[in-house]
Amino acid sequence: MNPVLKIILQRLALGLLTLFIVSIVIFTAVNMLPGDFAEAILGQGATPEAVDAIRRDLGLDQHPVARYLDWLAGAVQGDLGNSFAQANFASFVGADSGVRVTVAQQIAPRFANTMFLAGVTAAIAVPFAITLGILAALYRNSVFDKAANITTLTSISSPEFFLAYVLILFLAVLNPVLPSLSNIYADMGFGERLQKTLLPALTLTLVVTAHMMRMTRAAIINLLASPYIEMARLKGIKPMRVIVRHALPNALAPIINVIALNLAYLITGVVVVEVVFVYPGIGQLFVDSVKIRDIPVVQACCLIFAAAYILLNLTADILSILSNPRLRHKK
Amino acid sequence: MTDTLVEMRDIRIEGRADETWMPIIKGVDLTLKKGEVLGLIGESGAGKSTLGLAAMGFCRDGVRIAGGSVSFDGIDLLAASAEQKRRLLGKRIAYVAQSAAASFNPAHKLIDQHVEAPVQHGVMARAESEQDGIELYRKLRLPNPDEIGFRYPHQVSGGQLQRAMTAMAMACRPDLIIFDEPTTALDVTTQIEVLASIRQIVEEFDTAAIYITHDLAVVAQMADRIKVLLRGDEVEEADTREMLSHPKQDYTKSLWAVREFQRPPKPPVAEDATPVVSVQGVTAAYGKIDVLHNVSFDIHEGRTVAVVGESGSGKSTTARVITGLLPPRMGGIELDGEALPPDYRQRSKDQLRQVQMIYQMADTALNPRKTVGEIVGRPVEFYMGLRGRKKRDRVAQLLDQIELPAGEFIDRLPSEMSGGQKQRIGIARALAAEPKFIICDEVTSALDQLVAEGILKLLARLQDELKLSYMFITHDLATVRSIADEVVVMKDGEVVEQGPKLDMFRPPHHAYTDLLLSSVPEMDPDWLTNLLAERGVDNLGDAAVDKMG
Amino acid sequence: MSVWLTLLIALAAIAAGGWALRFAGQKLTGNKPVFRDMPYAVAFGYVLGAAVLVFAVWYFFQPTMTEQGTPVAGVMFFRWAVQAFIGFAVAAYLFRLLGRHVGTAGSRKMFRQMPLTASFGILVILIYAFLAVFAGVLAPYGQAEVFQQVNALPGGNAATGGNPDHLLGTDQIGRDLLSRLIYGAQNTVGIAFATTCLAFFLGGSLGFLAATLQGWFDQVLSRAVDVLMAIPSLIFALLLMTIASAWAGSEKWLLTVYMVIIIAVIDSTRVFRLARAVGMNIVVMDYIEAAKLRGEGLRYLIFREILPNATAPLLAEFGLRFCFVFLTIASLSFLGVGIQPPLADWGTMVRDLAQFINFAAFSPLTAALPLMAAGAIALLTVAVNFVVDWMLYRSSGLKE
Repeated sequence: MNPVLKIILQRLALGLLTLFIVSIVIFTAVNMLPGDFAEAILGQGATPEAVDAIRRDLGLDQHPVARYLDWLAGAVQGDLGNSFAQANFASFVGADSGVRVTVAQQIAPRFANTMFLAGVTAAIAVPFAITLGILAALYRNSVFDKAANITTLTSISSPEFFLAYVLILFLAVLNPVLPSLSNIYADMGFGERLQKTLLPALTLTLVVTAHMMRMTRAAIINLLASPYIEMARLKGIKPMRVIVRHALPNALAPIINVIALNLAYLITGVVVVEVVFVYPGIGQLFVDSVKIRDIPVVQACCLIFAAAYILLNLTADILSILSNPRLRHKK
Repeated sequence: MTDTLVEMRDIRIEGRADETWMPIIKGVDLTLKKGEVLGLIGESGAGKSTLGLAAMGFCRDGVRIAGGSVSFDGIDLLAASAEQKRRLLGKRIAYVAQSAAASFNPAHKLIDQHVEAPVQHGVMARAESEQDGIELYRKLRLPNPDEIGFRYPHQVSGGQLQRAMTAMAMACRPDLIIFDEPTTALDVTTQIEVLASIRQIVEEFDTAAIYITHDLAVVAQMADRIKVLLRGDEVEEADTREMLSHPKQDYTKSLWAVREFQRPPKPPVAEDATPVVSVQGVTAAYGKIDVLHNVSFDIHEGRTVAVVGESGSGKSTTARVITGLLPPRMGGIELDGEALPPDYRQRSKDQLRQVQMIYQMADTALNPRKTVGEIVGRPVEFYMGLRGRKKRDRVAQLLDQIELPAGEFIDRLPSEMSGGQKQRIGIARALAAEPKFIICDEVTSALDQLVAEGILKLLARLQDELKLSYMFITHDLATVRSIADEVVVMKDGEVVEQGPKLDMFRPPHHAYTDLLLSSVPEMDPDWLTNLLAERGVDNLGDAAVDKMG
Repeated sequence: MSVWLTLLIALAAIAAGGWALRFAGQKLTGNKPVFRDMPYAVAFGYVLGAAVLVFAVWYFFQPTMTEQGTPVAGVMFFRWAVQAFIGFAVAAYLFRLLGRHVGTAGSRKMFRQMPLTASFGILVILIYAFLAVFAGVLAPYGQAEVFQQVNALPGGNAATGGNPDHLLGTDQIGRDLLSRLIYGAQNTVGIAFATTCLAFFLGGSLGFLAATLQGWFDQVLSRAVDVLMAIPSLIFALLLMTIASAWAGSEKWLLTVYMVIIIAVIDSTRVFRLARAVGMNIVVMDYIEAAKLRGEGLRYLIFREILPNATAPLLAEFGLRFCFVFLTIASLSFLGVGIQPPLADWGTMVRDLAQFINFAAFSPLTAALPLMAAGAIALLTVAVNFVVDWMLYRSSGLKE
């Protein structure tokens, strides 16, 4: 196990390093704003005193490197700073230290909502896509495979909002089975929450399933063409056993990879879908913050998205190393 | 009770290309008696493997049996249901694939794959089959037969895997085994062990076999009868000895004649002549590991030096050092008595021009997007400064030299030519630079024998006409015998032995050279038997190599 | 629950039908191999397919109006979808037929081997290109032209709140929707195309340079690209757009330019990866070694030896990248930070018209408006993907 452990530790370290550099990139990008946050928030009509107050408040008078380290130290401890929207509001009413909502407080419940949405999507999409992908690979070039190919290509190519509105049209407006708006509250029961989440989850499922199914199909076909599968068939092994015993153990790595990559893809898809369904998740918050230029929130959301993305890709990497017999059993 | 095992009548097989079905096998008959070994030989694309698989009632994807009949021990395989066929495969008909490394499932241990067929077909219980497997491993002289089965495929060497696969094919004691080029991917010294194992076990269990190969000498050792295929048609079929001594068809005769091409020996080089290329004490490394150790040899004007060795012996690395792609760690290269800069980027245009290279794979050596005129014309333009009409004339002249009609070929793309023609274009490109010295890197090993012979003859003629010097990298001793003047034998990055060809082929020589030379199969059907008797069973393969260190 | 029960019964019926089909087939054909070796799953699939087809045909011929005179929107939408599907299929078939008889020998051969999906793709791409180039001529009005009647309903029937001058009606500030839809082809597609070209220029040239030079140049660029690719692209684009919007201030056209640059840079990382990988595969070829040993310079190597062999994969990648860029821009516009008004753009149109979807039960045509804009985006990406899929299939098929 030693060399495998070494590779995994290397990958983990690399992942952390990437995340660190990404945080620098995000911070630098944000610091490319012209002038100063304070002016940017308050606009040109602001009084110099108000601008100064905010500047001090946000620590904008410090050196960028110091600010970055400050931010990073905070972020590691879960403190992502204060939202501008709140600061803006506070300075507007003239109260300097009222009740202030931190970015972390703002993000936490929405992050949970988004995780719920992603979880529901994955629970539907993963088994569905993998079954379909394997079927398409087994019956490749059949009518079923061709129809699946056209359907998945179409659903990959369509923008998420198109699929979302088609689903709304059929499942919410014409046949009111599911609600078209996902107004979710904190103390909602699981059943109700699930029902409200189902439509956005279905939209994401359509997109992700298509991707996942195509990749699974390609991986399995690639595998079925390998000489050891032909050998197994020439040994007179039953077709089902060929699949289960000879194909599956080797298919594990590519399939795990496919799943992780698509979960990573979900992260991007979530933004548009949350906006369509007004789903109170982190994607919605991100877009709203982008519009009002609430930099600390944008920065924090970006970091969370990037971290999740890197983590998933890292997981895919590590799991496929673990499932490779050549690495598990060294020479 | 008939003793016919396999009976194929007028079998026709088609493969799909560009949405249409093209014939691969055009009506071949094949009869195999119980316990008999039939050799199927032919060039690449002759349809040998397809025919072999069809004898199992099996077709690969994109291939179909279009007509004829196949019966196995009285069972009509084409009419049998998938389930019926499945019950035969592995149990009564087994298959040994070309690449054992790819044909063993990487996820399971060897013994688990070995026992699968007997257990699934209900021939033996698992424990019994496992014991039998170990017994077979022992019979096939695998090292550590008690343990080797509990390793994963990637933990076992290629030659051993190939024997383990033969053992696996034997697991159910089938009536028929199809061997599909089982030794093609192996080095000669390894090949011989596998051949000996296969022959022994087939004889011991009196199994019928179809042995597919492109190597005449190999098939001569293995088969009772030989069937020659050419582009999906049968050329002729006869008993092995009959076929070797009295081939009837012109095609078969020409195949036999290839082995006999040999150049007359040249007078020895004058003592004080300056060599064209001199490799002097070269030690070279990839990264930190030395792959060449103090390699020295000379190549004189108009001479061919063959550098021989198995894969990993450092032949190609030596070529990379000479061309300047891999600057050596110690030592150097002299051209006409003058030291060449170690890195090709520091060499002058003229120095680069003098050393040319012909590659093994013509497919990767020619830019697929350029016409022959552009490929051969570029060095003409680059080195000689010829343009337009003059350049075209020179290209036509060069094509003439390599015996391709210029008018027909000058505007062709590589994809529109056969393997041999592409290799000739590679030669023309080297000639276009008007070099003194050409490195030929396994130039014939990817070609069929007849085509290869044509290339060798062409190279010999060009050498006489243009006073060229060749460094001929090869692992094939037949090639060495036909074209070399001097031989350098390499092993593990060192020169083991060197000298004039005639001396090399005459004993006594270095133990490794001996092993290498004696391992090359000969056309004599008794060769393997005699060799085994000579070496003694213990002195085979691994053991012999290990002894020398 | 009765819906579920019905579904369950239907499923059971299909399951039984699959078994019956195989059994009957075996008996009737005297055990022909087709039925003899047919797995149960395949038989089940056939019956399921047939059942879906029968249901679709039955649903298609349902009345579109109830007896009370209200429209049955579901049937109408289904009919439109089926009609569009059949229409496009027929058009693609005719187009392919045309291609097989007109043009050079090479193009005729290409059309002969082409699947229907690819000819559909090419046809749609041609139509979009035509619309984009001639939008100014084809559109009845200008894209920013404002009319008096706001929120005119589509259909052009004054009795139902429409206006015969505006076939698809007007939007909330009175702009002609048909014109904006046509101009959308010019703006959305044109900007996406320009962005993709820029991304290819950046990523492609750096990628090939990295593959040829290798060494530290390759290392630095590759690591930088690794980092940039670790940030999900839409998220990164949104972040940078926030900053760009501050830079652009009130100059809306400048924001569009920034968007082009931002997306091109983000996307060029993907192009870089591909170009480098393709380049690497070519660089190890013996003909490159032969050219190097001949003493050829870098320019000759890249332009004469590498590029001609990289065109096929790059062309396919261009198609995929275009789709990706196109969808990213549409998404940004849909979120309100992409192409800025007064330029007509499909993503923005979807957002503005989205609430009409709730009128589906009363006025299906109105509800179709946002879907039309979104569908216009989907149609083009589907078309490009079909063509690319075919190109990839062809190039992989040639290798085998």
